[in-house]
Amino acid sequence: MIAVFLEHHEGELQKGSLGVLAKAAQLGDEVAGVVLGSGVRDLAAQAGRFGAAKVFVADDPALEAPLPQPRVDALAQLVREEGVDTVLFAASVLSADVAAGLAARLDAGLNWDLVDLVQDNGNLVGKRPALEDTVYVDVGWTSEPRLAMFRPGTFDPVEAGGEAEVTDLSPQFEDFSTQAAMLEQAHAESEGPSIEDADVIVAGGRGLGSPENFALVEALAKALGGAVAATRAVVDAGWYPYATQVGQTGKTVSPKLYIACGISGAIQHKVGMQGSGVVIAINKDPNAPIFEFADLGVVGDLNEIVPKLTQLVEQRK
Amino acid sequence: MKIAVCVKHVPDATVTKRIDPQTKRLDRSGEGALNPFDTQAVEEALRIKEREGDGEVVLISMGPERALDSLRKALAMGADRAVLVSDEQAAGSDLVATSRVLAAALEREGAELVVFGQQGGDSDGAVLGAAVADRLRRPLISQVAELEVADGKLKGKRQTEFGYDVIEAPLPAVVAVSDAINEPRYPSLKGIMGAKKKPQETVSAGDLGLEGDNLGEAGSRTSVVALNDPPARSDALKIEDDGSAAEKIADFLAERKLL
Amino acid sequence: MSVRPSDYPPPFSAAEFVAEPTDPPDERIDVGVLIVGAGPAGLACAIRLGQLLAEQPELADRLGDVPVAVLEKGKQPGSHEVSGAVVNPRGLRRLFRGAVAVEDMPLYGEVEAEAVYFLRRSTAIRIPTPPTMRNHGNYVASLPQLTRWLAERAEEGGATVLPETAAEKLLVADGRVRGVRTGDKGRGRDGQPLPNFEPGSDITARVTILCEGTQGHLTGVALDRFDLQNDNPQVWALGVKEVWKVPRPLRRVIHTMGWPLRPGAKYREFGGSFIYPMGDDMVTLGMVVGLDHRDVELSVHDLLQQLKTHGLVRRILEGGERIGWGAKTIPEGGFVAMPKQLHAPGLLFCGDGAGLVNVPALKGIHYAVESGRLAAEAAFGALQPGRTPWAPGGLQAYDDAVHESFIWTDLEQVRNMRQAFGRGFYLGGMMAGAMTASLGKFPPGNAKTERDSDQALFRTGRARSYPAPDGKLTFDKLSSVYLSGNKTRDDAPNHIRVRSPVPRELAEAWVHMCPAQVYELGEGDGEVAVEVTPSNCVQCGAITAKGGRLTPPEGGSGPEYTLT
Repeated sequence: MIAVFLEHHEGELQKGSLGVLAKAAQLGDEVAGVVLGSGVRDLAAQAGRFGAAKVFVADDPALEAPLPQPRVDALAQLVREEGVDTVLFAASVLSADVAAGLAARLDAGLNWDLVDLVQDNGNLVGKRPALEDTVYVDVGWTSEPRLAMFRPGTFDPVEAGGEAEVTDLSPQFEDFSTQAAMLEQAHAESEGPSIEDADVIVAGGRGLGSPENFALVEALAKALGGAVAATRAVVDAGWYPYATQVGQTGKTVSPKLYIACGISGAIQHKVGMQGSGVVIAINKDPNAPIFEFADLGVVGDLNEIVPKLTQLVEQRK
Repeated sequence: MKIAVCVKHVPDATVTKRIDPQTKRLDRSGEGALNPFDTQAVEEALRIKEREGDGEVVLISMGPERALDSLRKALAMGADRAVLVSDEQAAGSDLVATSRVLAAALEREGAELVVFGQQGGDSDGAVLGAAVADRLRRPLISQVAELEVADGKLKGKRQTEFGYDVIEAPLPAVVAVSDAINEPRYPSLKGIMGAKKKPQETVSAGDLGLEGDNLGEAGSRTSVVALNDPPARSDALKIEDDGSAAEKIADFLAERKLL
Repeated sequence: MSVRPSDYPPPFSAAEFVAEPTDPPDERIDVGVLIVGAGPAGLACAIRLGQLLAEQPELADRLGDVPVAVLEKGKQPGSHEVSGAVVNPRGLRRLFRGAVAVEDMPLYGEVEAEAVYFLRRSTAIRIPTPPTMRNHGNYVASLPQLTRWLAERAEEGGATVLPETAAEKLLVADGRVRGVRTGDKGRGRDGQPLPNFEPGSDITARVTILCEGTQGHLTGVALDRFDLQNDNPQVWALGVKEVWKVPRPLRRVIHTMGWPLRPGAKYREFGGSFIYPMGDDMVTLGMVVGLDHRDVELSVHDLLQQLKTHGLVRRILEGGERIGWGAKTIPEGGFVAMPKQLHAPGLLFCGDGAGLVNVPALKGIHYAVESGRLAAEAAFGALQPGRTPWAPGGLQAYDDAVHESFIWTDLEQVRNMRQAFGRGFYLGGMMAGAMTASLGKFPPGNAKTERDSDQALFRTGRARSYPAPDGKLTFDKLSSVYLSGNKTRDDAPNHIRVRSPVPRELAEAWVHMCPAQVYELGEGDGEVAVEVTPSNCVQCGAITAKGGRLTPPEGGSGPEYTLT
């Protein structure tokens, strides 16, 4: 049986976890979702709609705060009692700690940063990029249970409808697991996603011509529900803040969609975004290196194209 | 207070990295340096020691002999002592095996506070701290962007996708700092020159009571099966704007369900 | 109206970099012998000192906790080394005195065969190897690799190597050199101290030995301070090279002349290329051009890219992959441009910093090693009980030893060759031939050198013929800088001194000259502003030859060469 750790926040199951659930359902084995928290039984029904045949729920005050160690206790117990051979996680701050703690607790192999998981001759094989996405590695497990963590946003949730059979767990907690206490919990969503978490990024470079033209980038980003990023050249020139810099000396991002406006695509920038799902480049220089790795390259004037595109996106949303 | 900082010697980020096709492991024979995330952990430990007015900062590392170079850099920053677990059999250790070895070294050291950097640079998983905390049976606070130590307790501001949590835990504990926590100091020349004289101990797995089957590939539970080229990007499209580029882009996005 | 770079000097004065020690005595770092630069000269010096001090431990004790210290501004020894290289093992043999065989050094084997070609755009004519270029008995090496190995030997011998440490100021008091002041770390773009600011330190020593290599910062400062500049100014060439992984082994050492350089005297394009095998699966190749060139659009990096499109070179690289890139200047003034003497009170000059390069033979490493060795012996002698290293004439023994050595004989013999090529390739070639045949006796006397920056510039339009980078055979400058492993903080202060604004032609010349795309044209009509991106800089030194001035940035920054 495959168990999928379903993370939740403020009454909603997280999209990443639901995506992994959809993937697990494809693998053919029995799939169970795991919901751990306090006052979370309603979420079990949600899990059913998204592909879980079974859902294990542990509802306990010790699980109220999104802290990892009590979750390790609950999952370890589940694995032992219910014969779970595989546990899947969507990567997040919480999941990483839970998956790693579980690996240590059960002496179980953990492969992370996976972008796919397949059955090969009865063995599960994970696929993950390595060395700045220049190489893809097939990874496996030498024992059970197998633990796997997927890159954020790899899979999309599939709402197939359906009901899950719910089983309650009564976890026992280790003394040390409940020693960390949440004094204040994060709730605030900042204005739009930070560029590292964004699914969509619209980035601007020197080709924008002036700092004022970042307004075009911002409008498109807003329309797409994404974040704004910048190249080192424009950050150095003071056009946009350093926190948005993508590249060798800035942040590394891997959104589903990366739209590069007026960016030449020098390698120092490329290494910061080459893991993006789909790359669209708009640049008036047909020889710009970015056209070598963009999925859709548009040679043209971004001052004309970007506002039009923003309008179209608004219309079609 | 004794603070143990777990640090790693990693291949230099700038040297062209390659995976050795024979061993399927990262070719670490190139130059190496102290994992930049770990310098932040060392910096935080030094700041705690300086605020407390006394204590000891011990570096714990697992790696080949040449890892001593990185340990010396951390000693030059101001750490007091270094312990390197160097054992050929430990090569190729995954998370399970590595955490086992580090936990054993940490038990032997008996530090009240154990500090990790955010992640192990080259393999990029922010996971080691949690695995070790479980083996040591201690509370864990991870992704800490601000840390306070007072009255036998830790208070950490933890960076999450939703903003900051504030978490408290009693000592002894394990902390993994986030890369937002500090800007590490440059070692002074005096520090660099004094580093050589600071105690540097090399121990083997046997010294920690671990046997061959606990380490390296034997002690690991994951394996690397094959290396492949990345999936080819499906044919790239390049168009020139004739006035309709915006529509074409919008269509492209719609096709891929990105709208 | 043609523009001469020297008419637009940079805001720089050597006096800015000379100071008295200011740290209180308990904060000063005191060492016995201070060597600046962990290259082949500096490390040979450290190794020889280790040997000598092992034979006289009482002296080692008297020199304190750190008898020998070697400062290196790069991330580690070798990080800033770029060379061909085909090394004459003579210097290394003398240094190790049999304790280490050349076969045990990290070299890529003896030169098996060699060839020299004169290139035209689509042909290559083999010409007889000029006697000065014969490489029989020499070894191919990667200088960063060799340097790392030498650093280990130096440390084994007791030297303390301090990487990531730039020597910024020369400490002089009472007319003698006391040591150096290291550079600050943790300053922001405008020079302001950042939260992790760490000030430099005074390092005092009884003898200071400058082994900084080409365009040595303190070397230039010291030659000025002690008035040791030769009337013949030093001149430089810029070399840009790549390392390639190749499927078929190259079995000979190749040098080329001619295309893509122009032979006419007015262009002053002296140089050529080298292609060397590094083992069975790697090849290194580079383009070297004198910086007295006059074409505004001459870019050595792009000439190298162009060279690779020639059939001869393309065949060698077919199926291969670029794995390294580097750029650095080479001093070419030779014998006639050496400092008036190689020492000052408390100070010695070694290696490329002192201009000890045999240009026709393209050799400098063994002179660096030998000069380092001789400097160690002179310093050791001057530190004996009863002697004072800084007394007038105290270090004269070093100059004497160099005069007696093969360094002097070799350099004197070829002293006029480079300057002959100032007359153009064909005439220069004939004169060079005559010089070789006469073992340097003809022509008599010493030719003069002219400052690179005194050459008036003109434009030829050659940039149109540079190949567009295709990412497989030819590459742009930015991706090359990336491959050099350059790690310089984005917000580091600007370490490059250039006048701004300057005439457009001069700014363009700098843009083309720089292999790392540091300079860009700013706003302006006749005169334009020069925009500098110091974080791209690989510290090659070309700007200093062509009207600006390179000063050392924060220690640890710059390229991290491993194979070049």
